[in-house]
Amino acid sequence: MGMAAESQFHVLAVDDSIIDRKLIERLLKTSSYQVTTVDSGSKALEFLGLHEDDTTNPSTPCVSPNNHQEVEVNLVITDYCMPGMTGYDLLKKIKESSSLRDIPVVIMSSENVPSRISRCLEEGAEEFFLKPVRLSDLNKLRPHLMKTKSKDQHQKQEKQEEKSAFQSPKQQQQEKEEHQQQQQASNNKRKAIEEGLSPERTRPRYNGITTVV
Amino acid sequence: MIQMALAALKTQLKNFVQSMFDEGVLDSQFSQIQALQDSSNPNFVDEVITLFCTDAERIITELNKYLGYQSVDFSKLDTYVHQLKGSSSSIGAHRLKLACVNLRQASDDRSKEGCVRALNSITREYCLLRSKFQTLIQLERSIIALETNRQ
Repeated sequence: MGMAAESQFHVLAVDDSIIDRKLIERLLKTSSYQVTTVDSGSKALEFLGLHEDDTTNPSTPCVSPNNHQEVEVNLVITDYCMPGMTGYDLLKKIKESSSLRDIPVVIMSSENVPSRISRCLEEGAEEFFLKPVRLSDLNKLRPHLMKTKSKDQHQKQEKQEEKSAFQSPKQQQQEKEEHQQQQQASNNKRKAIEEGLSPERTRPRYNGITTVV
Repeated sequence: MIQMALAALKTQLKNFVQSMFDEGVLDSQFSQIQALQDSSNPNFVDEVITLFCTDAERIITELNKYLGYQSVDFSKLDTYVHQLKGSSSSIGAHRLKLACVNLRQASDDRSKEGCVRALNSITREYCLLRSKFQTLIQLERSIIALETNRQ
């Protein structure tokens, strides 16, 4: 394959159901994403390079906390209802982590509970998909991934510029303000989604199925 | 010759799946799964069905076990039904999913009798589904065998 690895997005899918893992994997691969599936929130955190009790205990052998940079994850899509750590717990842990908080997180659930949906969006989830997830739902992922990609490129560019020329404090302040404006814009979008939950989020499951005799 | 046999098998499969839709045994989610099968993943439907059946049997066994105890742990029951309902929904097993909803309700009502009835219904629906899935898989495999021969 001649395609460069960096042009493919890597999605981490988390679901305790083996069937749902199989389906989401196929859906994501069909949409040309690189996929890793895990069956629990704690395994997801492990994969991302974070530990649940990230206490500094020098005697416990542990994986380097920075190994997630080698296995870059561009998006996490997780089931809500899982034993142990729920999708919501996982979302919180990711958003609380300084190294992981920029990774977009999407929640999936088989149950349409408005309070659950708004809680997840408030905590920073980009999208909330009702199960069973369809290919058309995955089209909503691209903008969130493109945003991260362009931000990454912007950061890389910044680093290069710093190396070549020392920036004046004024320039640094301007860039900071721009970044904050971008954050504000995406926060407003999230609130707009919350307040007016589009019918798509509560779509009916059956399309004119004949009743059982 | 193979071309004709292939066309006939495909029609048979299509009609068989349609009959499952008509009976409400399957819903449109199953079409979504079929759509994910292609030449790069020719066994996808087969694999999903097999995974589903293994998992469903595991869950039904557990449900039977927990319902067999003198004092029923309804929250355990609920956890398992939730799993089965989820899988049923994901594969498009419409009637089985409805049977799961009934068991959930009986479990919420803390009615052991109601749960036993609902579990019987789940078992019936699952057996019906599995038998039809077996036919479906046989058709899929015959088609693949012929297509492989053709190449």
